[in-house]
Amino acid sequence: MANVLVFAEVRSGELRKVALEAVTAARQIADLSGGGSVHAVLAGAAGIGGKADVLAQHGADSVLVLEHAGFAQYNPEALVATLAQRLGNGSYGFAVFSATAQGRDLSPRVAARLGAGLAPDLTGFTVESGQIFGQHFNMNGKTIATLALTGSPALLSVRPAAVQPVVSARPLVTETITSAADPSASRVKVVELKQGNTGKIDLNDAPVVVAGGRGLKAAENFKLCEDLADAFGNAAVGATRAVTDEGWRPHSDQIGQTGRNVSPDLYIAVGISGAIQHLAGMRTAKTIVAINKDKDAPIFRIADYGIVGDVFDVMPALTAAVKAARAQG
Amino acid sequence: MKIAVCIKRVPVMETRFAIAADGTRVDDAGLKYDVNDFDLWAIEAGLQLKEKNNNVGEVVAISLGPDVAQEQIRKALAMGADRGILLQAATTPADGLAVARALAAELKDGGYDLVLFGRIAVDSMNQMTGPMVAELLNLPCVTNVFRLEISGQAGRAERALEGASEVVEFPLPALLTIDDGLNKERLPSLKGIMAAKKKPLEVKPAQLGEARVSVQKMVLPPERAAGRILGDSAAAVPELVRLLQTEAKVL
Repeated sequence: MANVLVFAEVRSGELRKVALEAVTAARQIADLSGGGSVHAVLAGAAGIGGKADVLAQHGADSVLVLEHAGFAQYNPEALVATLAQRLGNGSYGFAVFSATAQGRDLSPRVAARLGAGLAPDLTGFTVESGQIFGQHFNMNGKTIATLALTGSPALLSVRPAAVQPVVSARPLVTETITSAADPSASRVKVVELKQGNTGKIDLNDAPVVVAGGRGLKAAENFKLCEDLADAFGNAAVGATRAVTDEGWRPHSDQIGQTGRNVSPDLYIAVGISGAIQHLAGMRTAKTIVAINKDKDAPIFRIADYGIVGDVFDVMPALTAAVKAARAQG
Repeated sequence: MKIAVCIKRVPVMETRFAIAADGTRVDDAGLKYDVNDFDLWAIEAGLQLKEKNNNVGEVVAISLGPDVAQEQIRKALAMGADRGILLQAATTPADGLAVARALAAELKDGGYDLVLFGRIAVDSMNQMTGPMVAELLNLPCVTNVFRLEISGQAGRAERALEGASEVVEFPLPALLTIDDGLNKERLPSLKGIMAAKKKPLEVKPAQLGEARVSVQKMVLPPERAAGRILGDSAAAVPELVRLLQTEAKVL
């Protein structure tokens, strides 16, 4: 039996979907290791405790609420101090983070402070006799390693969308905790959060991703991708590195080795040839559709369905057909 | 300004990997090696900062790796770094903390104003060594930096998040991990390559820490079954939509 501490990621005062995924993973690890408790850390400005219930709904036995004006923005130094202090008290076997920019910033620092092992960016895990084994992509996504962790606590981060949130409701129990370091005394200060694609669904959260490549030929032609995404209603638009290098789309939209990893239910590659750096960021999508006029493009080797055709001909027809299908269904 | 850039020798990824007989690593037969992409951008960032500072100061390239990783340090020197340090280790542990301890021991008394890492090493994909070193040295740390301004002893950076970014202020000395988008690395000039041969490169054994993470097994991902080409024009769209509804069940 081992208790699990999980860090629930917040942005702009709202829990992110990855927080529910992390709590679900923590619940699974606690259950697999013989039924320990899950404690979720929820940090933010005054009032963040009001978000605790959804964490209990996903299996947190207790929500540790850390409210302070100094946590209105991401405050890594105070969070590292608080998490390390909590994990250092000997009552936790595991700690779970999301493998996001925030989780991958925090977890190594907590691990270093504790001298603990960290298995990063896991796409799956098992617990055998209290020891955790996790699957982790390496070699640019071309190999999968099974990592074994020793020592307690063992830290891990879970790749976004690798675990689907599961409701496993517990009665809401909250505990107010305080920061182990003065949150207003941190040397590193986040002075501004710049939201990209405000109001739109995030690439990592979208069940459908429509991604465009150089085959779209110009920034304005991304309207074809946006129209298709709008037709789906639950889609986000991504891009290849070639496109973000051209400045046609913001850097934050880039999918691939130097950008973001996505695992949507449906990935539609529009005018994308399929360089390995791009495939590394999307090959775990459940269903892949490719539209490209070059029949030899590598993307067709991993696509479930392909249309070897002109994106300017195919995309409007596909958008209309998806609209019609959704209107019926 | 004194800047350390930590770089890693990694296999060139445009290759078809095979798994070694022991089943825990890739077969290194026939692999080519280079400096990790992200580390090239960290080197470039260091060089540009030194140049902006009227070339006052020093850029030191530090790598932990096998003896042949001297090649990668020489590349950094050819790009313009002033000197190199190789922390020699026959194999690099899977546990980033073991590596971070060795690097931190070297950096500790170096008097660096900035320590730069690439955001991620594309071989291990651990993305942890930089922030671990920051913690071990108690340095302010900003990861995923794609915009950077340093003035005097103060820094301002923008770090990439999923679909957003954060503007961060920090004091020097500090440790930063450099993301794609900050710069494009320069190519070593012929003159730079010649000069690099004469620049100092110190080699000493790495003081690796204990490892708590190990690779039990490594496999190639299952091949995706070959897909179907449905047609060569918009005429294939109805069939695609039908398959998305009935077979893939995603619409």
